[in-house]
Amino acid sequence: MNLYEPTPGQQVFGLHLPDYDELQGCIRCGRCLPVCPTYQQTQLEMFSPRGRLSLLRAVEDGKLALTDGVEDHLYHCLDCRACNTVCPPGVRIGELIVRGRVAIEDKHPRPFLIKFMLRHVLTGAERAALLSGPLRLVQALRLDRLAAAVLRHVPGPVGRRLGELIELAPHPGRPLARELAEVEPATGPQRHRVAFFLGCMMNVAMPDVSRATVRVLRRAGCDVLTPRGQACCGAPHDDQAMLDFSRDLARKNIALFEPLLDEVEAVVTDCAGCSGALKEYAEWLHDDPEWRERARRFSAKVRDVTEWLDAIWPEELTPVHRPATATYHDPCHLANLQNVRSQPRRLLGRVTGLEMHPLPDSHPVRCCGSAGIYNLTHTDMSRELLDRKMADVAATGAEVVVSANPGCLLQLEWGRRLTGQPIVVKHVVEVLDEGLNGQAQGDPRPRG
Amino acid sequence: MDPRIIKELRDAVGAERVSTAAEDLVAYAYDGTWAEQQPDVVIHPQTTADVAAVLRIADAQRVPVVPRGAATGLAGGALPVAGGICLNLARMNRILDICIPDTLAVVQPGVITLDLQKAVEKHGFFYPPDPASVYQCTIGGNVATNAGGPRCLKYGVTGDYVLGLEVVVPGGRVLRLGGRTIKNVSGYNLMGLFIGSEGTLGVVTEVTVRLIPKPAAQMTALAAFPRLADACEAVGNILQAGVVPLVTELMDRATTRAVEDFKHLGLPTDVDALLLVAVDGDADAVTREIAQVAVILERSGAREVRQARSAQESEALWEGRRNLSPAIQRLARNKLGEDITVPRSKIPEMVARLADISRANDLPIIVYGHIGDGNLHPTILCDRRDAAIMRRVEQAAADILEAAVALGGTLSGEHGIGVFKRDHMLRGVDGNALAYMAGVKALFDPHDILNPGKKLPFD
Ligand SMILES: Cc1cc2nc3c(=O)[nH]c(=O)nc-3n(C[C@H](O)[C@H](O)[C@H](O)COP(=O)(O)OP(=O)(O)OC[C@H]3O[C@@H](n4cnc5c(N)ncnc54)[C@H](O)[C@@H]3O)c2cc1C
Ligand code: SF4
Ligand code: SF4
Repeated sequence: MNLYEPTPGQQVFGLHLPDYDELQGCIRCGRCLPVCPTYQQTQLEMFSPRGRLSLLRAVEDGKLALTDGVEDHLYHCLDCRACNTVCPPGVRIGELIVRGRVAIEDKHPRPFLIKFMLRHVLTGAERAALLSGPLRLVQALRLDRLAAAVLRHVPGPVGRRLGELIELAPHPGRPLARELAEVEPATGPQRHRVAFFLGCMMNVAMPDVSRATVRVLRRAGCDVLTPRGQACCGAPHDDQAMLDFSRDLARKNIALFEPLLDEVEAVVTDCAGCSGALKEYAEWLHDDPEWRERARRFSAKVRDVTEWLDAIWPEELTPVHRPATATYHDPCHLANLQNVRSQPRRLLGRVTGLEMHPLPDSHPVRCCGSAGIYNLTHTDMSRELLDRKMADVAATGAEVVVSANPGCLLQLEWGRRLTGQPIVVKHVVEVLDEGLNGQAQGDPRPRG
Repeated sequence: MDPRIIKELRDAVGAERVSTAAEDLVAYAYDGTWAEQQPDVVIHPQTTADVAAVLRIADAQRVPVVPRGAATGLAGGALPVAGGICLNLARMNRILDICIPDTLAVVQPGVITLDLQKAVEKHGFFYPPDPASVYQCTIGGNVATNAGGPRCLKYGVTGDYVLGLEVVVPGGRVLRLGGRTIKNVSGYNLMGLFIGSEGTLGVVTEVTVRLIPKPAAQMTALAAFPRLADACEAVGNILQAGVVPLVTELMDRATTRAVEDFKHLGLPTDVDALLLVAVDGDADAVTREIAQVAVILERSGAREVRQARSAQESEALWEGRRNLSPAIQRLARNKLGEDITVPRSKIPEMVARLADISRANDLPIIVYGHIGDGNLHPTILCDRRDAAIMRRVEQAAADILEAAVALGGTLSGEHGIGVFKRDHMLRGVDGNALAYMAGVKALFDPHDILNPGKKLPFD
């Protein structure tokens, strides 16, 4: 074995990843292993960031065929980006794994059903809202409970999983998309103007939370502008290797918000997945000369709602909660991706009556297992991570579990139902909203 | 590998713990160096009995076995250079016991070093060995490489904390060595042979470590020395004054500049050496000692001394050292880090020789290290895509090792010999001693199945 043999300078084999150079930038120090949730669960190198990059590199270097195993390992990644936050040479591991998924899409396309849903249903808040009508009808007639009960008695894992999925489905209220006026004026002394980006998930699964967001923003002195015809942020498509599609969605949103950008101080959203993606538009469209500058200008204005409220919170507003212990679960895409950690904590610190107990493994944060559609595609791993998170929650003794992302909230809510823990699960804005309206009794109630 | 052997292994430890999948072989083909070689099979033992079964079969069938912890090693120790079995010990990762009355802990080899430190800190105790890879490396790997770290000057290396070991040797016999006491002279110190043996004599399956009380406080000073020799002398002066510092970290000019470019901390970049000194102990003593240290640093020729007066200021001074690793990562595409150790008085001369080697081979070399214990990390910056550069890197690495030995030092202070420094053992180690080392290897591993091609320069 010649230890000083040169590495290939260019790609001869494999996928011709545009990021080959960066892939070679991994020095295999292993720093990312202990923070990777899938590695923690398995202690297997193939389930680690370093392992995933090595598989990609081996394919590129012609040492490994593009097997089903490679695909499986790339999709076992949660895209939680915990690894990115600790990597000494600053390799953007999460992004490289997603690029790898794109590169193998030709030979290993995603399942039809996933693509169909992403292409035709999850394209924007208004479109997605069409889903919630039938869902609400089924739920009103209690057909879902019936189906879940029947499926639970079907022998084998498939029935059980389907039953669980149906139970996991949110019980949404009326969607919000068409209800908001294009301008909702500040209700407190007017100080700011912001544009509101309404995420698909928020709109379908928890429109009442977004109602709270708009109320709190207005109360904090913001005129809230919500342009009609918003597209999905594109994060789920990006995650599932549909890059062309997600880039198109990005262009749509940029074009839609552009006329407002001079007028507003920020583009605000209450979905951490969306705020992460919107901030990445600049990078997504970096190679598109026509859109690069427009995307940069748009992304520069994007703020997660927790980030924005923390920056502008008027001192005279003091939310009040009945005395209770609470804990905050960082959404991966807020903490690991956007480095927004202190802002939501500071906001919660303003709530009189809440005593915050920290969760372990919060920097970088350990994923709760929600991870986009991961909890549907990788139920076992997702469930293991949820179980760990719920055990952590129980150990804090918290009665109120606060987070800032629809995926996390649904997952934690599901965890509550599975474990029967006496907790309520809330978005940061809900706590603030109820605290400002003097209605924070914190009674356990089903979400939505 | 013969499918019958694979089947035998599967039958012995369970099919789900034995893998020959192409992806798995790729994922177990490397360690913290840049070299790669795939094993023929990966085994994930859960118990000592699993390990014993693997070593029994491998010995009988003459199949190489390479123990692997977290694969952070910097000498290629965990590379399966001769193929065979990669034995992944990361899954044996339970802390078995933290015994407060006896101030010790018993752990499985795959426990991550930081996890052990955190677990004992909850009880007010301290496990001092602190390799910079503490977040990710395993105790088993630490024992096998006798890992050190910045705190070694005061607290010693991994081996200084090992009270007992359970090891499995080729053939599958399980040896219990040492015990739960600090003093132990019953028989020969076989345990010592396994510490730092880089997985060539036996597989460590359980480790008993000694704990000490956690010092209450820590305080830091940072000094800028126009002359590197003065920084080395300063460390001697501090020791002479009766203070044993916790760390004495050196950064040369190029290293400091890299950190400064990366983090903009306001470090002086126009001096030859930056020296970070920390002391620990109870709060009063620490305050007194750091003031004393600051005076000595100034008297020894420091142009500027920053002395922390609070824990917070202390943290700020550490900032530079903490960012060293990411900062130097950004200097070049590839790096080869050496790990020589020379007597402290020889550090200035070693640094001068490094400058010569850098010039002669036309390669940038930056230097940082731990002055107190003479351990330097000259790091060669390079680009692996360029064959000509890589030939010069090989030459420069050889020159560095030779210079260290010539100055009365050693090839490696803490990273180990592995494959990268193996060929230099003939020059770096006394010939008679080497012969006895070969005898020890043959005693425990007569068929040379355990991590063959490592450490000792014989095949
Ligand atoms: C960023 C970085 C910083 C580092 N800093 C330091 C430092 O400050 N000080 C220092 O000393 N080292 C340092 N190292 C080197 C490395 O972390 C240590 O050598 C560490 O002890 C290796 O542990 P590991 O679990 O990764 O072992 P591995 O790399 O997996 O293995 C190392 C050697 O030990 C053997 N081995 C592993 N486990 C066992 C076992 N259970 N039984 C028998 N043999 C076994 C292997 O065969 C191999 O020869 C650093 C490495 C990196 C990447
Ligand atoms: S932390 Fe970064 S460089 Fe280190 S192994 Fe992970 S990806 Fe590679
Ligand atoms: S993104 Fe998350 S799951 Fe994926 S490799 Fe990184 S840490 Fe692991």
